[in-house]
Amino acid sequence: MSGRSGTGTPPVAAGGTGRSGRASSPVWRVALGRVRAYMGRHQSLSIVIGLALFATALPFIVLLPPLNGFGTQKDFIGGFADAGVFVLLAIGLNVVVGFAGLLDLGYAAFFAIGAYTYAYGASPFSGLDIPFWPMLLVGAIVAAMFGVLLGAPTLRLRGDYLAIVTLGFGEIVPVVFLNADTYTNGTNGITGLAQPSAYGLFGVNGFGFTNPWPYFLTVVLIIAVAFIFLYRLQDSRIGRAWVAIREDELAAASMGINTVTTKLLAFSIGASTSGLAGVFYASKLSIVSPDQFGFTVSFTALAMVVLGGMGNIWGVAAGAFIVYEIQAQGLKQLGAFVQSLHIPTFALGPMSVDLGSINFINFQYLLYGLALVLMMLLRPEGLFPSRRRRSELHESPEEAAESNEELVQA
Amino acid sequence: MTADAAAPVLVAKGVTKQFGGLVAVNAVDFDIPQGSIVSLIGPNGAGKTTFFNVVAGLYEPTDGSVEFAGREMIARGRRAWAEPLVWVLPTVIVMLVGVLLEQLTKSGAELAVALVIALGLLITMFLLAIIRPPIYDRLLYRLGIFKSARPNDMVVAGLGRTFQNIRLFKTMTASENVMVGMHSRLHASPLDAALRLPRHRREEKEADIQARRWLAFVGLKGKEQETARNLAYGDQRRLEVARALASQPRLLLLDEPTAGMNPSETAQMTTLFGRIRTELGLTILLIEHDMQVVMGVSDRITVLDHGDKISEGTPEEVRRDPRVIEAYLGKGASA
Amino acid sequence: MTGATARRRSLAVPWRAPLAAIVALAVAYFVILAGIVSDSSQQLTFTSAIPQAQAQFINAVTIGAIYALIALGYTMVYGIIELINFAHGEIFMCGSFVSWWLLTTLGFSGAITDPLLLVGVLLLAFAVSMVVMGIVGVVIERLAYRRLRNAPRLAPLITAIGVSFILQNIVFVVVSNSIVTTPQIIPNTVLTFGFFSISLINLFVIILAVGLMATLQLFISRTRLGRAMRSTAIDRDAAQLMGVDINTTIALTFFVGSALAGAAGVVQGLYFGITVFNIGFQAGLKAFTAAVLGGIGNTTGAALGGFVIGFLEVISSVWGQGRWSEAVVFGMLVLVLVFRPTGILGQQLADRA
Repeated sequence: MSGRSGTGTPPVAAGGTGRSGRASSPVWRVALGRVRAYMGRHQSLSIVIGLALFATALPFIVLLPPLNGFGTQKDFIGGFADAGVFVLLAIGLNVVVGFAGLLDLGYAAFFAIGAYTYAYGASPFSGLDIPFWPMLLVGAIVAAMFGVLLGAPTLRLRGDYLAIVTLGFGEIVPVVFLNADTYTNGTNGITGLAQPSAYGLFGVNGFGFTNPWPYFLTVVLIIAVAFIFLYRLQDSRIGRAWVAIREDELAAASMGINTVTTKLLAFSIGASTSGLAGVFYASKLSIVSPDQFGFTVSFTALAMVVLGGMGNIWGVAAGAFIVYEIQAQGLKQLGAFVQSLHIPTFALGPMSVDLGSINFINFQYLLYGLALVLMMLLRPEGLFPSRRRRSELHESPEEAAESNEELVQA
Repeated sequence: MTADAAAPVLVAKGVTKQFGGLVAVNAVDFDIPQGSIVSLIGPNGAGKTTFFNVVAGLYEPTDGSVEFAGREMIARGRRAWAEPLVWVLPTVIVMLVGVLLEQLTKSGAELAVALVIALGLLITMFLLAIIRPPIYDRLLYRLGIFKSARPNDMVVAGLGRTFQNIRLFKTMTASENVMVGMHSRLHASPLDAALRLPRHRREEKEADIQARRWLAFVGLKGKEQETARNLAYGDQRRLEVARALASQPRLLLLDEPTAGMNPSETAQMTTLFGRIRTELGLTILLIEHDMQVVMGVSDRITVLDHGDKISEGTPEEVRRDPRVIEAYLGKGASA
Repeated sequence: MTGATARRRSLAVPWRAPLAAIVALAVAYFVILAGIVSDSSQQLTFTSAIPQAQAQFINAVTIGAIYALIALGYTMVYGIIELINFAHGEIFMCGSFVSWWLLTTLGFSGAITDPLLLVGVLLLAFAVSMVVMGIVGVVIERLAYRRLRNAPRLAPLITAIGVSFILQNIVFVVVSNSIVTTPQIIPNTVLTFGFFSISLINLFVIILAVGLMATLQLFISRTRLGRAMRSTAIDRDAAQLMGVDINTTIALTFFVGSALAGAAGVVQGLYFGITVFNIGFQAGLKAFTAAVLGGIGNTTGAALGGFVIGFLEVISSVWGQGRWSEAVVFGMLVLVLVFRPTGILGQQLADRA
């Protein structure tokens, strides 16, 4: 296990320098190296510790200036719980895009399916009242099933066709939720979804609009579980098959990998993570409606994955968190700042441009778009790249052309 | 590996492959005896690689068939139109039974149950059709429907291959590449992997040992953690062989394995072929340009030219065949 | 040899067979439409439903023409650099805003009755919108796509999505975040030829679209630049070796494709009288469906596909199921891609696996 490179162990070059530098390096470096090696061997433990440290630190960080000026701790915690939803979406999408190399642009569909599953399971609309915790599992399974059903006919297609078909599916699913109003309550959506209950365990109760803490803890818990599962999958026969397909589908098939099944698996695992996010999101908002699940959600998740670094679970999660917080807090504060500058209005034909009262939140998709373009042009491996992607994306043009040629010839 | 050493591993009967109007391979009969090294040679564009790709399951042949390990694996599909019937038939039967029962008992419950079961069956069949597990193919075969095997089916049946232009998984380490080769021999499910159940652990441990063994076998000991793209050219070729061996094939297809190698690397590679046969007992089908290699290792040689088989026999026979000389050197050279 | 055939994609194909197909389809659609109209309103018999069916038929052709114009850009760009230019739908949207901006700034708000002035203004609107959008297309290619020509396939695709959001958001923030009314400067006159009647705007749009498409076909098949485009589409490296300036050719393709989308944008404003910042996404997706339907990389196919999509949309709305029209179109897309990825006219795109 430890010898293999699945995720943690360094490439040979780095390992070499580490060894030679060890004799002369200071004590703290040696200690750090040991901790790293230990973490590499005990991945699940390091995930739990890492996330626990992060989740414990966050509530205190927001008490520091200037953050404390932007909102109460409670507001921040609620925001973090929402950010957690996007972290889940991003790490799920990462399985599809980052691991298996399939561009899925209809990812929000599974988010919607998870959310509506919870709405059917626990709302006055359906008359059922199934508790939140089993519904998490149900939502994930239902989303995974739809992942398989939607993926099965389409996964034979080449990359860019797959993108467009998933985009089509991503459009159809909200349209169905919107138009099949007998079953979904149409535009108004389903309201009054039950909020989770912790049954007073660990002294936690009172999930509610005014008390975001339990939601925050729950989402951290879900993320931790998802992290562990995804890391383990990545470092297994399945994970290797995903990478093989991403790099060279034909060679992968010629090595005995059933490409359809393997891609389907990536699709359904990504979908199930999205389903988890959907159930959690629905329970937190207590309402689901079709307009929450448009293309912008898929697009946001994609931007998060690309920014964070396709293929790197921690990187993608960090990307999602950062993007979400910039969108939720950063742009608002920027708007407030610019407003305080009092810039005059000017006219341009029939339009009038008022820079002073610009609402920067309106610019979020512009920023996402710019981020995607700039990242692809300047740093395609993302902010926190995985080792593999870095070497893959920095392949020289000749090599890329060559591999294209091979595809054609074979 | 089988007791019956005389039986051929692979039998190709009248294999033809057309691309549009171009006949790349024309009615080629070919068989590979167990335990032999058979070579396929011919000038550029003779259809060697196309034949290879047909055998490996990449192309469906226009005509003819390929039997592998005694089973017909590759041929043009037969009665493909009947396949959708197989998908809907169980559903239709269940529905009919449901309607019948409902008529008998006059209670609505049977129909509802039948509907649910029917829908489940339909989805199951649909998924089976897309994933195509061996059970499904066998079921179809029994019903007289034949679908040509895909590359991964051929690997499962015991065929390993390398590529003319090296197609390693470049960002993976050497050892990971070999482990991908083992994919079809490992069986841990996603659940085993996610929960780290004993099956997964046992397999991964075993796979790691095996990978080292295969790498050592081809002479890449000590380079297990090297990223494939960083390996020297000759090492990449050897890694491809190791990756193919890791799938535990009965027949190894090598597509120009010494292309671009210097004489000493070529010699090493040739030695490796011999060891694969003697130590592992595998059968090898070789495409090769280097005549010295071909003449040195082959038991039998088949010569293709413009898609036609023009000669077949021992290296000595082929060397003397005037048609072969003509194909290689042009008309008049044989006279 | 196999490599060469596998990569053979031509931008121009014979047009006679598709034309015959269009005529056959048109007849079939007309009958279907008449059938649906007479079926949905109880008073109407099949014969008396014909005038209404005829109006819907023309409507469908007009909408189809818009999609066809957009689809051409998708197909040309895909043909030449194998990129699904997600931003193309937004080019169409921007085109509609350029014409809105121009017409409003010039002070028009309704129909122009003076024929000379009308022709002049139309010419101006189309010229400005097409040139501006053409330039925008070229700039996008230069800034966002050119550097990624040899990158892994996902990279330019993601960039294209990014560009599409940038364009949409710029219009959203700078121009308007709600539906904008555009001046419908073509008078609402109905021309009658015997039993056949058609309003001026429909006639104009159809003639314009067909004219533009015919010009494009001539351009691709007859001119030097068109030949350069075709050769680049077939084999970029070989074309380069033969002295074709690849960068210019690709830029030109983007210019022409985007200009056609710009023209479609003007038509959108003239015909529907409205435009909105997010119109490009759906229109783009539908036009892409049209391009795929006709076999992507195939310009005649794209035109044909556009009309098919127009008809699908109109049929579903006549049926009283207009709200499902998107689902129908995307369902169609999925079906075509899954069962016949080479499109109806097929053959242009070989499966590269």
